[in-house]
Amino acid sequence: MRPFQHVRVDSAQAAVQAAAGARASSALQSPTQFLAGGTTLIDLMKLDVMRPQMLIDINALEGTRLGLIEADGSGLRLGALVRMADAAEHPAIRLDYPVIAQSLKFAASQQLRNMASLGGNVLQRTRCTYFRDVTYGACNKRNPGSGCAAMDGFNRPHAVLGASENCIATYPGDFAQALIALDASVDINGSRGRRTVPFATLHRQPANTPDLETTLAPGDIIMSFSVPARAWTRRSLYLKIRDRSSYEFALASAAVALDLQAGKVRDVSIALGGVATVPWRAREAEAVLKGKELDHGVLKAAAHAAFAGARTQEHNAFKVVLGKQTLIRALNEAAAMEI
Amino acid sequence: MTTAAPEPKLNMGPPAPRLDARLKVTGEARYAADFPVSNPAFAFLVLSPIAKGRIVGFDLNEARGVAGVLDILTHENTAIAVKPTKFFGAGGRASTSIRPLSSPQIWHDGQIIAVVVAETFEAAREAAYKVRARCQAEPASATFDSPGTATEAAADVSKEHKDPQVGDAAGAFASADVKIDAEYSTPTQHHNPIELFATTCVWSDDQLTIYEPSQFVHGLKYEIAEQFGIGPSRVHVKSPYVGGAFGSKGSITPRTALVAIAAKRVNRPVKLVMTRDQGFTVTTYRAETRHRIRLGASREGKISAYIHEGWEVTSRPDAYLVGGTKNSTHLYGFGNVASRVFIVRADRNTPGFMRSPPEVPYLFALESAMDELAVKLNMDPIELRRVNDTMNEPIGGKPYTSRSLMACFDDGAKAFGWAQRSAAPKSMADGDWLIGYGCATTCYPSQMAPAAARVRLQRDGRVRVEIAGHEIGNGAYTVIGQAAAEKLGVPVDKVSVRIGDSDLPPAPVAGGSNSTASTCSAVMMVCDQIRQRLFKALMPQESMVDKAKETVGLGQTPVTEAAKSDRPLDRDKAFDALGVAVVEEYGEWKPDGAPTDSFRAMHEGKVRIVGGPEMKDWIAYAFGAEFVEVRINRWTHEIRVPRLLGAFAAGHIMNPRTARSQLMGGLIWGMSSALHEATELDGRYARYVNDNLADYLVPVNADVPSVEVIMLAEQDDHINPAGVKGLGELGNVGTNAAVCNAIFHATGRRLRKLPVRLEQLEI
Repeated sequence: MRPFQHVRVDSAQAAVQAAAGARASSALQSPTQFLAGGTTLIDLMKLDVMRPQMLIDINALEGTRLGLIEADGSGLRLGALVRMADAAEHPAIRLDYPVIAQSLKFAASQQLRNMASLGGNVLQRTRCTYFRDVTYGACNKRNPGSGCAAMDGFNRPHAVLGASENCIATYPGDFAQALIALDASVDINGSRGRRTVPFATLHRQPANTPDLETTLAPGDIIMSFSVPARAWTRRSLYLKIRDRSSYEFALASAAVALDLQAGKVRDVSIALGGVATVPWRAREAEAVLKGKELDHGVLKAAAHAAFAGARTQEHNAFKVVLGKQTLIRALNEAAAMEI
Repeated sequence: MTTAAPEPKLNMGPPAPRLDARLKVTGEARYAADFPVSNPAFAFLVLSPIAKGRIVGFDLNEARGVAGVLDILTHENTAIAVKPTKFFGAGGRASTSIRPLSSPQIWHDGQIIAVVVAETFEAAREAAYKVRARCQAEPASATFDSPGTATEAAADVSKEHKDPQVGDAAGAFASADVKIDAEYSTPTQHHNPIELFATTCVWSDDQLTIYEPSQFVHGLKYEIAEQFGIGPSRVHVKSPYVGGAFGSKGSITPRTALVAIAAKRVNRPVKLVMTRDQGFTVTTYRAETRHRIRLGASREGKISAYIHEGWEVTSRPDAYLVGGTKNSTHLYGFGNVASRVFIVRADRNTPGFMRSPPEVPYLFALESAMDELAVKLNMDPIELRRVNDTMNEPIGGKPYTSRSLMACFDDGAKAFGWAQRSAAPKSMADGDWLIGYGCATTCYPSQMAPAAARVRLQRDGRVRVEIAGHEIGNGAYTVIGQAAAEKLGVPVDKVSVRIGDSDLPPAPVAGGSNSTASTCSAVMMVCDQIRQRLFKALMPQESMVDKAKETVGLGQTPVTEAAKSDRPLDRDKAFDALGVAVVEEYGEWKPDGAPTDSFRAMHEGKVRIVGGPEMKDWIAYAFGAEFVEVRINRWTHEIRVPRLLGAFAAGHIMNPRTARSQLMGGLIWGMSSALHEATELDGRYARYVNDNLADYLVPVNADVPSVEVIMLAEQDDHINPAGVKGLGELGNVGTNAAVCNAIFHATGRRLRKLPVRLEQLEI
């Protein structure tokens, strides 16, 4: 592990200022990184994948609005330093936004959920083993232009949606699927001032630049997430399919929110995890369902639409079938929810 | 009594709590890396990024520039200090004959190519990342079917290996009414003990102390003494607690000598704690296997032919071999038997022992085939095993020392609710979840090895037992303490047990489930020597001494017989008669049939294990029956195991609490070996991919909602003085087959390739 400077700050403004001097082409390449729970960053530093020179420890900001969960009639606001466990167990979130509570509860382990922050969670980096092992030379995400060892390697965990010829690394998180499904927005502070953008614009597909994972600029800090109150939030759930029952990343997952009226879909939102390079909103599938009754034919058509653009590799072709089945099961279970 | 401390049945000791329980849960028990040493330097390994080729050169400037770096060992400056060793499979003790840093040659992915020593762990790790090795790679063969592998018959590479056979199996198969002919495979698996592989070496006036988690402290001591060409009395190994081993800490890996060399070079203690991923290539693993099985039977289910061919991957230079047909061919009353085993050499690190090395893969194949045969016969799989049950093994006709297989099936089936199973596949469900019940046989050879012990009894009843056994989570401290307490008639909390130290009287490697049988037999024999002295002092008349001999025995009387005719001994009177305050005895025990050089070998850090199928007049196995319920989601096909149940019989159970714990862990691991554990290989480079505990799956609590262990009362008067048949490796055998048999029952899909992943199921 390379030596680094550790700086504690006690206000968001101080954090932004501390990071302002860093020059880098992207937030990830910046020699200055923010430290919250550290459950991804410190691991990657030990593995020599990330080599920041300065960590700006923002944990003291937990006492500010960054550590608050606020829910009212207009929606839900989640501070970026709220710990995953606290959000997962929050009564209002469990009742009114079950998809959020479940996406957090089914992630990681209790110990990690106690440490990890929501802001850090959405920035969690891929579990692609070729990315995490620096002895593999070919990784466009780590060394732009070096190639992709996963493309012809062991790629069972890899993405079938949103992949490019340069990178097939799966976005590993769960919570982000819930946010993107619920039309959340993200509040960002940085040297260019404060801005609020749709959460759906936070992550970037790999395309020709897999090393750029988000639209954050160097020194940008996530302050909070806002989820608007909508008719679909109560009838929402997160279904996560994996080889073991807990403490594992998704092979396929679905975040669904349903607004049903008289047996018909008035509105629906779908996000897919475990199968895509970024948090993935399946708008094509939503379009198929809107205004329809949820019979098996419609569900199959929606699932088909969700994966119409899938591109598979040697070991991950099953994710198309599994992803479709996961979506169908999630929609059926959401429709059957008693709310 | 609680679930964790089952009520003892006939011929079981009390469920005494672990003597070391409090030390462990309070963190006071010292594991190897916990020992404080004065002014340590820290080592970090640099591993090869290629699986085959040569190191052309190093660029160490950047690494040497890291503040705190003391030394960097490479073959260029260390080769002369690295001595050749003998692979344990060829009569030595080493995990591999590959000697890192002895030459520029690279034999496998993740081979040690340099050792960085620095003032701190962090500095050593940073410098290790900055070591630049220029490697010339050659195409590497990863596994079965890879170009460049070499296949050889096991009988041609190993003098010890036999391919058991009897009668005309091919002829019997050809004329059988009902036939099964199927192929099975098992994956690469790694032990992944939670305690990482650590070694600390301290030189003091040419005296070397090694702190390393070990399943064989005497083996480690003699091996390192030989490698350094120094007298064994100058090497001292300390390993009082081992945080999981499962076979990975039994043979001697190349790291120990390298740390000792480094400590000599920097002239201070050097501590190495390997990272999780480094354990995948610097130590050993369970290699992948393939099987073809042919079973022929009559319409009533009587098997007339069993033909088993096995293929096992090993490294290029070392012929590691498990040869599980030596066990599988003795399991049932097969009429005619033929078997052959092959090894396939690839560019891999050398495999090694992993819990039930032969039985896990070979009984997966056989017990799956048995289920297939039962289905074809339209017969209950338990009844098929009953029809083929036998009290004499099929190859040489020798009787089992004891065998309670069908009693295990009957008790297990009753507790599991097997009668509620509707036989047709895909006939049971609960909502969207398909339900399947499956079962399989487990067996494990009952083995023993010579061991020595020193026991000291004080007048006040306090006892000290010294034996270089190993606490690998098995409960060794406790059962050894119980053995002495029982023999000397004192409460177990009066007994202090010292193990895990090479200065103590030698005990065998903690492998092959021989520990309890061997160490307790030795301790009981030495306790008998003490009793003998006390009885003689109290009853000097000739006739009474004879009576005492008769009562106490000299170590060859099964404990239960002794217990039956036992009598209280007035300790105070005996000590008065002797005129001393302390009695101490040392003794060396060897099992019946142990070779004549047994004791000499024991004092050279070598083991002579006997038992199992190798006994002269008997054959010795522990048996069990395992039951699994699976639930499989109709839509997404994930496989869950709500219930595991095993019924086992293993002779005298020293301690039902520690035995249950061993068997429960085994059942969980057995399930895991079907559904979770597999080391994935990148065939292009012959490299492991998922070398961490996030991607190499082991079960979590949510995966095992219910595990039930039933221990049957069984008495074995032929096996050893303790009457003990080892059970440490009994629990995780056959479970993988029971899982697949349950999946077949749930879905109608027969899966013959492990691990089972949900994408293999099309329901």
